[in-house]
Amino acid sequence: MQAVNEQKNVARGIDIESMSRGPRVNLADETVCLEVKDFNLFYGDKQALHGINMQIPKNRVTAFIGPSGCGKSTLLRCFNRMNDLIDTVKMDGHLLLDNMEINSPSVNVADLRRQVGMVFQKPNPFPKSIYENVAYGLRLQGVNDRATLDKVVEKSLKGAALWDEVKDRLHESAMGMSGGQQQRLVIARAIAIEPEVLLLDEPASALDPLSTLKIEELIYELKDKYTIVIVTHNMQQAARVSDYTAFMYMGELIEFGATDELFTNPAKKQTEDYITGRYG
Amino acid sequence: MVSNNSQHISQQFENELQDIRSRVMAMGGLVEQQVANAMEALITGDSEMAREVISFDEQVNEMEIAIDEECIQIIALRQPTASDLRLVTGIEKTITDLERIGDESVRIARMAINLSEKDRPKRNYRELQSLGNHVRGMLRDSLDAFARFDVEMALRVAKEDREVDAEYEGILRQLMTYMMEDTRQVSRVVDMMWSARSLERIGDHAHNVCEHIIYLVEGKDVRHLSIEKAEKVVKGEPID
Repeated sequence: MQAVNEQKNVARGIDIESMSRGPRVNLADETVCLEVKDFNLFYGDKQALHGINMQIPKNRVTAFIGPSGCGKSTLLRCFNRMNDLIDTVKMDGHLLLDNMEINSPSVNVADLRRQVGMVFQKPNPFPKSIYENVAYGLRLQGVNDRATLDKVVEKSLKGAALWDEVKDRLHESAMGMSGGQQQRLVIARAIAIEPEVLLLDEPASALDPLSTLKIEELIYELKDKYTIVIVTHNMQQAARVSDYTAFMYMGELIEFGATDELFTNPAKKQTEDYITGRYG
Repeated sequence: MVSNNSQHISQQFENELQDIRSRVMAMGGLVEQQVANAMEALITGDSEMAREVISFDEQVNEMEIAIDEECIQIIALRQPTASDLRLVTGIEKTITDLERIGDESVRIARMAINLSEKDRPKRNYRELQSLGNHVRGMLRDSLDAFARFDVEMALRVAKEDREVDAEYEGILRQLMTYMMEDTRQVSRVVDMMWSARSLERIGDHAHNVCEHIIYLVEGKDVRHLSIEKAEKVVKGEPID
């Protein structure tokens, strides 16, 4: 009987499989991109991250949520060694990018940051033209061929959903763009050097709702090519854009799982309290 | 977990959720009364009471619309998540079932009016009374389970639905025998059949309410599963 029904459904073009119960993604089926193993981080004597273990899947969007000071930005910044700049930071445990130890002394930090791009809360375009902002990373790498640069600039601006808005004023200053455009320009600059991972630290919190939607739409489009990790205070945004969500609290990873599941039926009470806006 | 007793930071949101819960309880109470009155009218042949049931249906409908509106407001303004989201969507579904139970009471009341104009049988509709009591018990327990968010109780009530279905089948067979024995009784027996059918449907809706309770408390979807499978899902055991 069931087989007959299945046949009928196929004939009607109904895909029952895709309508089945349960979350649409499953961590066990994913390829691991970034791996965190027994990771601790200290600012001086103060421990900011406690024994974090997680596997961030490739070509998916993973969101970090949690109250201020929970360590989500600290962890994000570890992935491209931004914390190297702070003298008092001590770390132990493992951070792996495609099984390569990120903190190993043999890793060239400039190379790492080419692979792991970062976009901050406040758009930070360089005081140069739109074109030069996007071409900057390539020029640093010694690429100066006009035709190559033209191609990459166009491709990156299209990738960041900005091309149509700026194609007629590529040589005007980036400082004259709106906040939302500047943020997308910064994303274009980050993807121009074709990183593997994009880290987004509160990328839309300084933007108006429409620019925010454009950024979210962009994140959705970019995930085919990049592994995206986003830190956000906006829980609805995390719910909308991410495939997986990690909830952190007081430097610990409390829960990590499929976003569908975490926002409808979290496993831990602390997660529940946080996302429903209750006193912890 | 709705058993989460911590308070929302927003007291107003807390109040809004509390308010829809109590409104569902009020609607449930009204619907329960409608079923009781419709059965009373049927058994005693009280057409006055039957008409009252029919006129009260409008109140049931209005409560459904009011609670529905409040749920939509909460979704639009609060963007509830996790247990709050499940509470709001669970309530949306529960009130649909409660409203349908109200409709079934009206059907029974209509049959009561028809039957009040005919001869009373010797057994005085005792079989319908027994099915009615059974179904009313299910409805009352499902509302209790809702008030306490009691999953165990919801499962027990859901289990009852099988008994109700069996009882309904039995009544149908009996009524068919009556019709065959005495064709002059066909019109009366058909009215009885419709009443039995409505009672059986009320049992189904009470069963649905229990499934909504299990979803809103546990976040587990047990619709269209056998009781045995539903119990496994609630316990977190694998099915198949």
